Amino acid sequence: MSIEALLLSLRLACTVSMLLLAIALPLAYWLAFTSWRGKFLLESVVALPLVLPPTVLGFYALIALGPRGVLGKLWQTMFGHSLAFTFTGLVLASMLYSLPFAVQPLVTSFESLDRRLLDASSVLGAGRARSFFRIILPLAWPGVITAVVLSFAHTLGEFGVVLMVGGNLAGITRTVSIDIYDRVQALDYAGAHQTALFLLVISFAVLSVVYGVNRRVWSPWSNR
Amino acid sequence: MLSVRIEKEFKTGGTPAFQLQINEEFLPGFTVLFGPSGAGKSTVLDCIAGLMKPDAGKITFGREMFFNAEKGIFLPPQKRGIGYVFQSLALFPHLTVEENVVYGLSGLSTEGRSKRLERILGTFHIERLRGRKPAELSGGEKQRAALARSVITEPRVLLLDEPLTGLDGGLRQSILEDLRNWNAEQRIPILYVTHNREDVDAIGERVVAMVKGRVRARGIPREVLDAPRAVELAQAAGFENLLVGRVLEERASDGVMRVGMDGGECELEVPLGNARTGEMIQVAIRGGDILVATELPYGLSARNVLPGTVESVEIRGTLVRLQVNAGVRFTVHVTPGAMRSLELATGSVVWLVVKTHSCHVVTPQ
Repeated sequence: MSIEALLLSLRLACTVSMLLLAIALPLAYWLAFTSWRGKFLLESVVALPLVLPPTVLGFYALIALGPRGVLGKLWQTMFGHSLAFTFTGLVLASMLYSLPFAVQPLVTSFESLDRRLLDASSVLGAGRARSFFRIILPLAWPGVITAVVLSFAHTLGEFGVVLMVGGNLAGITRTVSIDIYDRVQALDYAGAHQTALFLLVISFAVLSVVYGVNRRVWSPWSNR
Repeated sequence: MLSVRIEKEFKTGGTPAFQLQINEEFLPGFTVLFGPSGAGKSTVLDCIAGLMKPDAGKITFGREMFFNAEKGIFLPPQKRGIGYVFQSLALFPHLTVEENVVYGLSGLSTEGRSKRLERILGTFHIERLRGRKPAELSGGEKQRAALARSVITEPRVLLLDEPLTGLDGGLRQSILEDLRNWNAEQRIPILYVTHNREDVDAIGERVVAMVKGRVRARGIPREVLDAPRAVELAQAAGFENLLVGRVLEERASDGVMRVGMDGGECELEVPLGNARTGEMIQVAIRGGDILVATELPYGLSARNVLPGTVESVEIRGTLVRLQVNAGVRFTVHVTPGAMRSLELATGSVVWLVVKTHSCHVVTPQ
């Protein structure tokens, strides 16, 4: 098992899930509470990565991040190097790819909140921020955990996007899933098996957390 | 003084389904907003609190403008200084009673906060519940906690949406007493929404009766609810008998009309109202306003004495509900004692005695 690939994957998954949470919280808040009629358009955009083949997403990400893409060009003038085939480029593409996994659990849990609690909060003088941090976030806690865990796990296991955007550079863009693919190509079945089994176990553990939390098994406010 | 003059239209599928139109002024003290469900009572409260925006009109408190459609003023709920207890109470489930109660005091110093907290917890007798979560409270305790949370901010107006539903009479009285004591110092307008006649009697001050988005009557409970002029109000006010009939004759010199009841050989004399001979009207009579006799009574001032047969007897605690067929079916309330001494049972032959002024002519809206 390649420790280097594993550490890289974990670093990528951690970075992506944390950055995604920061983006998904306001996005999901807006999606859950807006009464804008065109909101379905944005919902469709957010859900796109669910249906697009990773290669399609990766292809467009590569073009956008490359030296001729808008983002890539901007990046190049600012930092002097291209985004394609770098860890940063991988993070950006992965965020796009895992976006629905972060946004949708949050939207669902925000929407299921009793609106009267939010009414009560604002009648009691709380502004949006106070209502969000004191009422919405604590009550939508299972949704937050689900969003973090799912985007983490989804990023950990991605393959197509990484291959398109990151290529296969050891220590920079060679993640576990690429590593498994490499080993199978090289007929190193034992090595591939070790890594594959490890991913399987992690995925199972992660999903158990999600389902456990959503059944309020570890809910911090259930009756003692 | 809170002055509310608003209009709001609700549409379902593009067609107007419900129209709210109200023009009322609310003075310090209790005002009961009474009406059947769907009358728009809660909508009025939501508009006052700023949780809903009316289409037109204005809402002012003293000289302060909460809402003015023409000038485009809409003060958000956070800035209105209003206390609101929702029907669902909406206690924050993840916070303790104490955390719930102090939620609205974020602007105060720790010292000022705890001082107010102690006073309010004392007023509503919930000191010992401070550490509990809402899920660990009984119905009455939840209601006390929700009241405490909304009054601790010293609101300028208090809105109560059926806050005491589901409580027995004694508990309701004791919570109302706490609220009255609290308001003896504050003297703010308290709007109490209910569809429950008993709540109205328990509060017993001004009543504003609403039906289908409009105010149909206002005054003291006796005036408004004992002589309802709208069918919906009569139903909501607990009139057990709502009978349809045709005016047969107007006798102006006697101050009565003769009404032939629909679907039976039964006539009633009712007070002269604004209906003409030949028109269909509805007559509302309380079950408790009908006397039962087992022999033909005589020498009575009551004009309506109707022979009938008891069809069913239903005992409900301290009240016995009789169904009597006297040409049309009447629901009559007597006490268990009266039932025993008159030996009332299914099949008994009885005479129903109804005073003219116990018959209220109501008009459908």
